[in-house]
Amino acid sequence: MLRLMTVFALLFAMTAPASAQVTTDDPRAATGGAQTLEDILRRQEGLVMDDSFRSDVTGNPANAAPITDQLGTRGGASDPDLWRAYRYEVADLSTQARGPAVTTMIQDRGMWWQAFREGPLVLMTAALLGGTLALLALFYLIRGRIHIDGEKTGRTITRFKAFERFGHWLLASSFILLGLTGLVSLLGRKVLIPTFGHEAFSGLAIASKWIHNNVSWAFMLALVIVFVVWVVHNIPDRTDLKWLAKAGGLFGGDHPPAKKFNAGQKLIFWAVIILGGSISASGISLLFPFEFNMFAHTFSVINGWGVPGWFGLPDLPYPLLPHEEMQFAQLWHAIISLVLTAIIIAHIYLGSVGMEGAFDAMGKGEVEEQWAREHHSIWADEVLNTKPSKSEA
Amino acid sequence: MKAFLVSLVALVVITVGANQILIRVGPSSAEATVSNDNVRLSD
Repeated sequence: MLRLMTVFALLFAMTAPASAQVTTDDPRAATGGAQTLEDILRRQEGLVMDDSFRSDVTGNPANAAPITDQLGTRGGASDPDLWRAYRYEVADLSTQARGPAVTTMIQDRGMWWQAFREGPLVLMTAALLGGTLALLALFYLIRGRIHIDGEKTGRTITRFKAFERFGHWLLASSFILLGLTGLVSLLGRKVLIPTFGHEAFSGLAIASKWIHNNVSWAFMLALVIVFVVWVVHNIPDRTDLKWLAKAGGLFGGDHPPAKKFNAGQKLIFWAVIILGGSISASGISLLFPFEFNMFAHTFSVINGWGVPGWFGLPDLPYPLLPHEEMQFAQLWHAIISLVLTAIIIAHIYLGSVGMEGAFDAMGKGEVEEQWAREHHSIWADEVLNTKPSKSEA
Repeated sequence: MKAFLVSLVALVVITVGANQILIRVGPSSAEATVSNDNVRLSD
């Protein structure tokens, strides 16, 4: 009996300190100040949490043992203290390697990027590209192919010269290659590796990266060519408002007047120039890592204007770590590219199966005179008044 | 379609050319961060 009571007394004595810790006000008393299961769950859910209980515990030089004692060279920091210092970017690091990002050992603030890239961004890709294709299929079912209404004349007029078509096709072929290889990079880990396996994806990924990095220069050159040769014809004017008011005659059958480019084509032109330019800038930033930082300064200016506050949002992050610059560049590059791809899919549809006679403009450079009169009446009048059309016979 | 075919040839030339120029001229992020030279700690 006495032995049993001794065991009970011992057990009580062992559990007493633990129960004393649990009953205190410190929510992490039970873990001795370390994070609790609740902290981990909050972090996994992406909820905002005050993690100063971790970020502030990075060692205390005042507690350091003398240099001659055991662990005295640690300077008052344990291993976990040092790892926390790496994680929260407060460690005083020096490295033999030289570069802008070599002292970033752990990038805690990059977790949201990884989660966004592997989740919402993949869904966004499927929704945007799949949704565009579905809408075009629906449009084709409802509206069908847009035919030339009047009787064909058999005569053609020159719509695009050889150099214009060269610029267009250089832009188109490079864009398609960049789009496909970009999708390989974007969807590799989540879609292609689970489907085809690591080994098959490896070769594809290496080839895609090479093509994507090097074809980009052809895209940028073509963007400049297209801008130079067509910008004069794409300045918005009053005829565009009339064209837009009638939705380009897509549904009514009535063709609103248009110059060389109608308002829809002008919108595509400016989308290609502005979005394509932005994709090029972020692409160069990614091509030469850490050399061209676009986002920290931009965020600083936007915060200075108070823009996030207009929408009840906190300020954008500033300053940014080198890796964060690359992460924002990657997201911007991918999202803007997806938006432009959706626009270009619609452009390809209307320029090929969607409209009779449209492909000839870029295929041969010559268009049926009646097609020109219906879709670009002002331009057709100008051309025909200065230069007679050619007979196809 | 001659313009299209010429653009494809130009695409290949620009792609390979850009790659060769970048290899020869740089800048290489690898070269910016490492060196093959020995480290001299003192004279």
